Amino acid sequence: MKTSELVEFERVGKVYQVGDSEVHALAEVSISIGVGDFISVIGPSGSGKSTFMNLCGCLDTPSEGRVMIDGVDVAGMTDDELAALRNQKLGFVFQQFNLLPRTTSLDNVALPLLYAGVKRRDRHHKAMEVLNLVGLSDRTDHHPAQLSGGQQQRVAIARALVNDPVLLLADEPTGALDTRTSAEIMMLFQQLNDKGISIVLVTHEQDIASAARRRLTFRDGRVIEDKPIEQLRFLQPDRSVKIA
Amino acid sequence: MNVLESMLVAIIALRTNLMRSLLTMLGIIIGVAAVITMVAMGSGAQKEVDQQIAALGTNLFMVTRGYSRDHGARKAAGTRVRLTEDDARMLKEQIPEIVAAAPTMRGSVQAVIGNTNWATTVQGIDNDYIVARNWVVREGREFDPREVRTGAKVVLLGHTVAEELFGESNVIGQTIRLNNVPFRITGVLSQKGQTMNGQDQDDVVMVPLATARGRLIGHSQSVPKAVHVIMVSVAEAGMMDDVEQQMTQLLRQRHRIRADQEDTFRIRNMSEMVETRAETSRVFNMLLAAVASVSLVVGGIGIMNIMLVSVTERTREIGLRRAVGARSRDILTQFLVEAVTLCTLGGAVGVLLAVLISYGTAEVTGWPVALQWEVIVLAVVFSAAIGVFFGFYPARKAANQNPIEALRYE
Repeated sequence: MKTSELVEFERVGKVYQVGDSEVHALAEVSISIGVGDFISVIGPSGSGKSTFMNLCGCLDTPSEGRVMIDGVDVAGMTDDELAALRNQKLGFVFQQFNLLPRTTSLDNVALPLLYAGVKRRDRHHKAMEVLNLVGLSDRTDHHPAQLSGGQQQRVAIARALVNDPVLLLADEPTGALDTRTSAEIMMLFQQLNDKGISIVLVTHEQDIASAARRRLTFRDGRVIEDKPIEQLRFLQPDRSVKIA
Repeated sequence: MNVLESMLVAIIALRTNLMRSLLTMLGIIIGVAAVITMVAMGSGAQKEVDQQIAALGTNLFMVTRGYSRDHGARKAAGTRVRLTEDDARMLKEQIPEIVAAAPTMRGSVQAVIGNTNWATTVQGIDNDYIVARNWVVREGREFDPREVRTGAKVVLLGHTVAEELFGESNVIGQTIRLNNVPFRITGVLSQKGQTMNGQDQDDVVMVPLATARGRLIGHSQSVPKAVHVIMVSVAEAGMMDDVEQQMTQLLRQRHRIRADQEDTFRIRNMSEMVETRAETSRVFNMLLAAVASVSLVVGGIGIMNIMLVSVTERTREIGLRRAVGARSRDILTQFLVEAVTLCTLGGAVGVLLAVLISYGTAEVTGWPVALQWEVIVLAVVFSAAIGVFFGFYPARKAANQNPIEALRYE
């Protein structure tokens, strides 16, 4: 059954086995994310938001219910099929950037294309394009150690965008950044969302969460609140980031 | 992702940890170098033994004068001269398996040509000797039967003698004085090299047996046809034991040795002695190679150790690669290729090192060294195989990481 929704959770549950006891990380979560959505996920630690994220990111499969990503049911998919799905449809941004050390920005950004079987020349061409999009076209030959935290996160965002994903998943993307840089990164996300890229963002800061259009609040493995945000923060007319 | 891409990724990863990569490789380098050098030295020694076997002559017996007992008192070998030319002729006539039976005498002479001279060994021979000992007349010709029979003053020069006295110039037909007797040179023998005991076999001149006896060495009054040694060559190696028995029987008969008396001659199987030596050297080679292989295996364990450390260190990298779409197979390939690259590079450097050590050793010590292509190729292939074998466990560990936990790894 093909739906117009990007991500569909139908009564999804996730149970982990920890020693002898079962831990219900997620229970009866039903949610749908449409194309162009910008969702922030908030909640205390252990509330299930990371599990939700892993399920959205096809890093994990549900124990109960059904998760559909871009119209495809992930249940029963093999490891390799999930890897291919992540490679083609999803982009990841992490708190610790997770860039390969002693590797240039260009090669870091091009990494997902390596696993997509794209030719070297095309990889670099595409990586240049997205580095330009995040405003780092003059930092292509720099190693992560030579970049500031904000720049590193931009490289990571470029890497997440390089395969033209349908959904961008950001796990505490501003957790390791100062307030000013966080604001810049959030603005970048907003601009990307303006371009039509769907985003799911996990955070524990209310400030950051209110940069999205819709906020999901998790507690004890359930969604306790799902509401749109009227007043967008961080949005400024002066756009320091150039959008191609 | 194809293999070439994997190799590129692997090389980049190895380069980022250059010092560690080099140290890890060192184990393989030393192992490969050890194996190749040991085998090269071993087969060098082997080759020398093989040459000695070829130089000795095929299926060779050496019959010498034995001890004789006089009322229980043992006398020195050859005290009573008992071997003669006729013994040799009889052996050849009576035993069809014998290809050549060559009676010979040995002595020493001073060879003089112009104002140079050279002290050497003279060997009194007939043409059977050339056959039995696998000599080759490089220039000129052998003695003709008439020369042998009449004891003509003709001589064949060994390679060393020809070189020492004449250098490059033509020697055939020239006259050389041996103990002041002029001899005409009919030929030069090709080079044989050293014996097992390190004697130069080419430092010799050969003259007909009768000539040697009459003019250079002298003869026994009581047994005019006496010789020192009879060299016997047999058609096939399998007949050696049978021929030895027949010879013993015939010689005992001829020398009228009673059943209760000991032999007055000795028959030595020369080929067997050298074969034994060759076998010893083969076993020794295998032991050397085996010990060297152990160091290669130890190098492989070093690779496994470092790869395990590397996998743990790069857990987050593995998680990230999985998140952006690497299948676990890709991760397995990546780490396996890294291990194999380490080993193969180490193997290549080891080959270079082995070549240097082998030729260096040959240069300095004069030991024979034979580098073999097969061994070099085998060593490199084997080191790659070690990479696969010892790299597989760490690579599988990397590939089986749960991406979620790997991403969270601190």
